[in-house]
Amino acid sequence: MTMKSSTRQVDGVTIVDLSGRITLGEGSVVLRETVRDLLSKGQKKILLNLGDVNYIDSSGIGELVSAYTTAKNQGGDLKLLHLTKKVHDLLQITKLYTVFDVKEDEAAAVKAFSK
Amino acid sequence: MSADCVSYTLDSTLETVNNAEETASRMAAEAGFDDEEVMKISMAVREAAVNAVLHGNAYDPCKKVTLAFERTPHDLVIVIRDQGKGLDPGKIPDPLAPDNLLKTSGRGIFLIRSFMDVVEIHPSHTGTELRMIKHVHGNPADSKEAPQ
Repeated sequence: MTMKSSTRQVDGVTIVDLSGRITLGEGSVVLRETVRDLLSKGQKKILLNLGDVNYIDSSGIGELVSAYTTAKNQGGDLKLLHLTKKVHDLLQITKLYTVFDVKEDEAAAVKAFSK
Repeated sequence: MSADCVSYTLDSTLETVNNAEETASRMAAEAGFDDEEVMKISMAVREAAVNAVLHGNAYDPCKKVTLAFERTPHDLVIVIRDQGKGLDPGKIPDPLAPDNLLKTSGRGIFLIRSFMDVVEIHPSHTGTELRMIKHVHGNPADSKEAPQ
């Protein structure tokens, strides 16, 4: 299953709903281009909803890191929402769970951007 | 070749990475691993295949990747070999080091080591051989109790 991406706006935050696999190739490219497109349009509060991401490899992890640092370097912020167990476990063992701001509730996540 | 030992010669393409992952998933399931272990094994093989195709053979159409699975009563042994310049294990950075935490690459070998019981890297001037072993626990052919 390839990755699909759609965006929606909630209180000034762009929520990116991702589904499928974030892996080397198409999945990573879709994520990279989605985040770059949002930042270029000035949409710098980005919430990546990973609830339907069922698989991620080291390239996908690298792409999440790249999205995070790119957003931060441009004065924006990027948070993660609804991690599946697989993605949660991968971020734990790579010590990235504490780097990312991970949320379990969408409303609380959106609110956290204004703090 | 016995039925418990199979090998494949693959092109240096992204399709090979996906095929290697799918084959590993099937082999691991057939060896009796549970779903979580199957995922770990297939992901380790995927990462090894990425290294072979991308970093070893650099997508060179003249270079091949070989992937072999051997099932013994106690282990699933997986060997993946490329025809690149040879990976120096001593030069693999620690992705957990604070300076490396936000790097966008360099986690493949770390994940392989996290998911497999034994990982050996054998570089040479004709390529790199990565040998991975996962011990079989809970195999229907074995005792129901995991070995101590």
